[in-house]
Amino acid sequence: MIRTIIGKELRSLFTSPLAWVVLAFLQIILGWIFLTRVDYFLTVQAQLARVPNAPGLTEIVVVPLFGIASIVLLMSVPLLTMRLVAEERRNQTMTLLISAPLSMTQIVLGKYFATVIFLALVGGLIVLMGLSLLPGGKLDAGLIATNLVGLLLLTGSFAAIGLFVSCLTTHPVVAAVGTLAAFLVLWLINIATSDPASPLHLLSLLKHFESFINGSIAVTDLIYFVLLIAVFLILSIRRLDADRLRA
Amino acid sequence: MTNTAISELTVSAQSLTRSYGANRAVRDVSLELRRGEVLGLLGPNGAGKTTTMQMLTGNLAPSSGQVRICGIDLIDRPIQAKSRIGYLPEVPPLYKELKVDEYLRLAGRLHKVKKPALQQAVERARQRCGLSDMGKRLIGSLSKGYQQRVGIAQAIIHDPDVIILDEPTIGLDPNQIREIRTLIRDLGRDHSVILSTHILPEVEAVCDRVQILHRGEVVFYDTIGGLKQFRGGQALQIGLRNPPPREDIARAADGAEVEAINANLFRVRPNGGDPTEALVRASVERGWGLYQLQPALASLEEVFVQLTQKEEDGPGANTSVESAS
Repeated sequence: MIRTIIGKELRSLFTSPLAWVVLAFLQIILGWIFLTRVDYFLTVQAQLARVPNAPGLTEIVVVPLFGIASIVLLMSVPLLTMRLVAEERRNQTMTLLISAPLSMTQIVLGKYFATVIFLALVGGLIVLMGLSLLPGGKLDAGLIATNLVGLLLLTGSFAAIGLFVSCLTTHPVVAAVGTLAAFLVLWLINIATSDPASPLHLLSLLKHFESFINGSIAVTDLIYFVLLIAVFLILSIRRLDADRLRA
Repeated sequence: MTNTAISELTVSAQSLTRSYGANRAVRDVSLELRRGEVLGLLGPNGAGKTTTMQMLTGNLAPSSGQVRICGIDLIDRPIQAKSRIGYLPEVPPLYKELKVDEYLRLAGRLHKVKKPALQQAVERARQRCGLSDMGKRLIGSLSKGYQQRVGIAQAIIHDPDVIILDEPTIGLDPNQIREIRTLIRDLGRDHSVILSTHILPEVEAVCDRVQILHRGEVVFYDTIGGLKQFRGGQALQIGLRNPPPREDIARAADGAEVEAINANLFRVRPNGGDPTEALVRASVERGWGLYQLQPALASLEEVFVQLTQKEEDGPGANTSVESAS
C-alpha cells in the first residue's frame, strides 16, 4: 500500500513543472560549480603533485558539489514538501486517502518516501557527475559514499520537517515559508551561538553534516539524523490523526 | 449474492454525537441499514448531514457513539471497516492532473483491488457511471457533471458493501440527475446506499428509507411508505359549492384546523380522529354542496417545514441558525 502512495506522489510531483524546475536549476548550478572546480584542479595539479598528502580529485571537485547541493536543497525542499498535505487538504482530496483502508502511518510514510526518492535522485546526479571524471583520474569511493549518505540523511531530515509543517496548514505557501524558517533556524543555530560548549551546537543540522563531508561517519551524527526524522514523522502522523478527532 | 445476505445488516450507527467545543453539530443520531436498501438523509443546510456521513466513513471521529459496518467496529478496526465503504464526499476528491483511467486505477489500488481485476473494475465503474468514452480525458478538463460521475465511479470501484454519497446530484443538469438516480437505484439493489440531499423529490424517487435531520437531531426516521402515510394522514381537502364560514366547517369536523385554499376549496387538518364522515353528513344536512373530498397529500416540502419548524418552537427556538424554509 505504501508503494501505491509513493507512486501517486511521484506522479503528481513529476506532472507539475515544479520538480523539473528544481532539478534543472540544481543541475545548472552544480554543473557550473563542477566545471569551475575541474578547471581549478587542472591549474593546481602540478603543484599538488609535489605536496605530500595533498587533497585529490575527489576533495577538490566532488566534495564541494555535495556542499552546494545541501544549500540549494535547503532552499528547494520547502517547495517540494509544501504540497504534500497542505495542498491535498486545500483541494479536499485528502478524503480519498483517509476513506481508503489505509493507516495514517502508511499515508505519511508513503508521502515521505516519495520525497526521499526524489532527493536521492539529486544525490545520484552528483555521483554521476563525479563518475564522469573516472576516465581522467582516480576517485576516492569511500569519501563519495560518506558524502552521499550524509546528503541523504540531511535532506531526509529536511523532508521530514517539511512534511510535518505541511500537516499544520491548508496553505501550501504558508507551509513553504514555515519550513524554510525552520531550516534556517536549525542551520544557523550554531553560527548564532558564541559559546563553543553550548548544547545548542548539538541541534545544528550543519554541524552534523560536516563530519560526513570530511569523510567520517560518527554514530552520534547518525543517531541525530535518524532521531530527527523519526520524531517529525511521528509528529506528522499524530497531527493527521488529531485532524480526525478535532477537525 | 446469496439470499441470506439480502437482509444482512450493513450499517449500524448508535447514538452518534459530535461536538465542536460547546456546539453540538450532531446529537444522538442512530441509523440502521440492510443490504439492498437506500437511505436518504434529508435536512436543511447545516443540519449535520455531512458531519454524520463523515463519521460513518471514518473521516471524523464521533465524540460518542458507535459505528459498525457489516458488524465491524469502525473505531476499533478502521482498516477492515473502511474497505467495505465507498464514499463520495461533498467535494469529489479528484486529482485534476490525472486522467480518468489513471485516477480510477489509483482509487482501485488504494482500496486494495487486486491487480488482475483492476482493469476490469475500472471499466465496469466507468461504464456504470456513463464515462465509457472519457477514460483518456484529464479530469481537470471535464465538466462539473462528469467530474461528479468520476467521483461516484471512485466510490464504487471496489464494489463496496456500503456506498455513501454526499449530495451526489448537486450541480448536474436534469438529464444527468435522472441518470444518476437510476444508477443509485441500481446500486441499491445489491449494496446499501446512503445519500444526502436537500432536494425532496429525490428522496421519494430513489430511497427506501428517510431520515430527516434538523439542527443535528433526527426529527423523522421511517420508510418511504411511512413518510407517505405521514403526509396523507395529515389533512383532507374539501371542495364546497356553497361554503359556510370557516368556523362552521371546523365545528363540523370536531374542531379541526381549517384553512381556505380559495373561495371553494378548504384544507382540513384534523386534531385526532377521522372527520370525513362528519363532514359529509354536515354538508348534506346543511346544503354546502360538497363536490370534492380527498386526502390532501401534504407536499414533501410541507412535511419538511412542519418537521423542522416543530423543532423551532422547542427549547432551541431562540438560538438563531438558518431557518428551514
